[in-house]
Amino acid sequence: MALTGVEIFKLLPKTNCKKCGFPTCLAFAMKLAQRQTSLDKCPDVSEEAKRILGEAAAPPVRPITLGTGDKAVKMGEETVLFRHEKKFVNPTVLALEIKDTEDEAVQMEKVQAVLTSEINRVGQLLRVDAICITNASGEVERFETLAKTVAEKAPEVPVIVSTESPDAAKTVMGLFSGKGALLYGVTEANAEQMVPIAKEAKASVGVRADDLEALSALTEKVKSLGVEDIVVDSGARKAPEILEHNTLIRRAAIKKNFKPLGYPVINFVQREDPLYETLLAGLGICKYASVVVMSSAEKWKNLALFTLRQNIYTDPQVPMQVEQKIYKIGEPDENSPLLITTNFSLTYFIVSGEVENSKVPAWLAVMDCEGLSVLTAWAAGKFTGAKIANFIKESGIESQIKHRELIIPGYVAILKGAIEEKLEGWTVTVGPREANGLPSFLRQKVAA
Amino acid sequence: MAFTPPKESFRGRVYPVTIGTEVQETFGGENTLPFHRFEGEIPHRPLISYEIQDVPPQDWPEVVREPYSDVSDDPVKWAQFCQESLGAKSITLRLIGTHPDQKNLSAEDAVKVVTDVLNAVKVPLIILGSNHIEKDAEVLPKVAEASKGRNCVIGKAQEANYKTIAAAAMASGHKLIAMSELDINLSKQLNILITQMGFEKERLITDPMCSALGYGIEYTYSVMERIRLAALAQADPVMQPPMVADVGMYVWKIKETQASEQDLPEWGSLRERGILWEALTATTLMLAGAELLIMRHPDAVSLVNTFIDEMFA
Repeated sequence: MALTGVEIFKLLPKTNCKKCGFPTCLAFAMKLAQRQTSLDKCPDVSEEAKRILGEAAAPPVRPITLGTGDKAVKMGEETVLFRHEKKFVNPTVLALEIKDTEDEAVQMEKVQAVLTSEINRVGQLLRVDAICITNASGEVERFETLAKTVAEKAPEVPVIVSTESPDAAKTVMGLFSGKGALLYGVTEANAEQMVPIAKEAKASVGVRADDLEALSALTEKVKSLGVEDIVVDSGARKAPEILEHNTLIRRAAIKKNFKPLGYPVINFVQREDPLYETLLAGLGICKYASVVVMSSAEKWKNLALFTLRQNIYTDPQVPMQVEQKIYKIGEPDENSPLLITTNFSLTYFIVSGEVENSKVPAWLAVMDCEGLSVLTAWAAGKFTGAKIANFIKESGIESQIKHRELIIPGYVAILKGAIEEKLEGWTVTVGPREANGLPSFLRQKVAA
Repeated sequence: MAFTPPKESFRGRVYPVTIGTEVQETFGGENTLPFHRFEGEIPHRPLISYEIQDVPPQDWPEVVREPYSDVSDDPVKWAQFCQESLGAKSITLRLIGTHPDQKNLSAEDAVKVVTDVLNAVKVPLIILGSNHIEKDAEVLPKVAEASKGRNCVIGKAQEANYKTIAAAAMASGHKLIAMSELDINLSKQLNILITQMGFEKERLITDPMCSALGYGIEYTYSVMERIRLAALAQADPVMQPPMVADVGMYVWKIKETQASEQDLPEWGSLRERGILWEALTATTLMLAGAELLIMRHPDAVSLVNTFIDEMFA
């Protein structure tokens, strides 16, 4: 929990010496609380105050990076419990588990599934982020074979190495040295042997305990062994425990500033039914998991989880926008209808979806209104006759269609006159008020 | 450093709402966040209601039309199929055929369908209009009266038509869904307006407006979370009715539940994709606070039921 200005003030020298550039210690403290200046500007601050303020300034959930290079993913750094308070920061890492007991063909298929998982959705490239190799056999040799395959076939993909055997870890971690791997499987029993292996490979450490109290003690132990980049597993595998533990861990970190649990959380949600497994992965995405490990990566499953992750991790204060341009729905030609709407992404999705439903190929002009919906944009003076006319003229659509008819949303029927006045030679037709009226509207239009 | 679990309890509680007569179902009633049984009481599980229509579902995609292909030409057969073969605990009859852009069926037509369905099934019935402001104001009072005493849910009352619909629901002893568009303040205002007419707030169900995964679910999700926090943490009595997520209707009209694998190979199998889209939209909104879910595909319903079972095990 961040300290308030007054709490910080109590730790300062209170000399009002102005060496920090602020008129008083209190003013300096206030700026510190807002994170607009740094403590090193004060030459006289005590070591004790530095320690307390330094701890308080550290993010409540430790930032950790998995992997290196272009495919590295960040975890942690979260600051809130509910996304309406502030944006959730680092999207849940989706990891596919490959076991060393699986057939080689299955293992290869899974590696391929990860490598080809990338999808573009609303301008973002989304993918299965990581591979988790699991030492299910308990044998060192089989684990090493799998690790070599993954290191060779998917050298850029971040890796989670899952084993509780120090021998297996020692053999395999060398393959991923310096590649930002996560060595998962550190427990109370093996920590002394495992942590140095992770440290040598510059890997972070994934710890598992059976409850939150034991987990807190274990992270302290790992820290004392010299590794602070920790990812925590409370042992929760069933939905209610995942929800309970993830919630309590996040609360302890953010509301109580409880450092032993201020780490990213990893959830294992593998189930036989991939459909059901997706629902548990969804629980992890909504409720505070930084990593979710799954047993399969079907395309339909990836699409749903990428979409959910993108939705939950968008900034609630910034309306999602789509690019201003004339979109083609289907294969429109020079006689196809032309519709206009605003660039609020939700508006765009719904309108383009309904136009698609109509099966009538059409041109959809999406105008930049700073991400506002139609009525809001109109009320804010961003969706006006003059601006629409300007946009249509500059869009170049006039050279692509023969007709001169523009369909406007029914809610802004009032704009018809103003647009026709500014857009010479054009007719404005008032469309339905709600997007769900578009299919019948468009079908009648082309039938006429 | 010793660990003390930071559990939280709240002053407020969601109203429990019981629907139906011969067979009854109750949802709501909890004094904690969704599924937070580790720190509060959740006396009732979320309720899933199967959606059927007064007219054949021609605009439903094939994947979700197929399970009902033998029964969906007749609302009575369809309702019986849901109750008997699918084990539905509740049925939602959407009078979409009354919409002027659809078949423009009359209020009398709607009354007949509602009466027939009520006579054919025992599980609680939710009766929804076609979401046409004027037509709903005309149709819903008539069907409310025709189903008087059956303790149904009538919906949806919106800012522009709530007066007639709420008055009818009140006179006929029904529960009422109050829908506003993705805004906690509008939602609160509508609940206040309706209760000012004398409609008991304990008989209301809040619909903050559903959205499908990928099509604005984050808005519904956050509005639901905020409404629920207002109910629990601030104990705001007008924000304490349970919430409904009208999932099926929003999910089965988007591209992800319709585009074939041939057209979009990178999206994978259409059948699984559609079923998953509905189930994941439902569980996500339950995690935000929805206690009543209106759904379409039997396989999606059964996935969500398994999830609820696990949560309540």
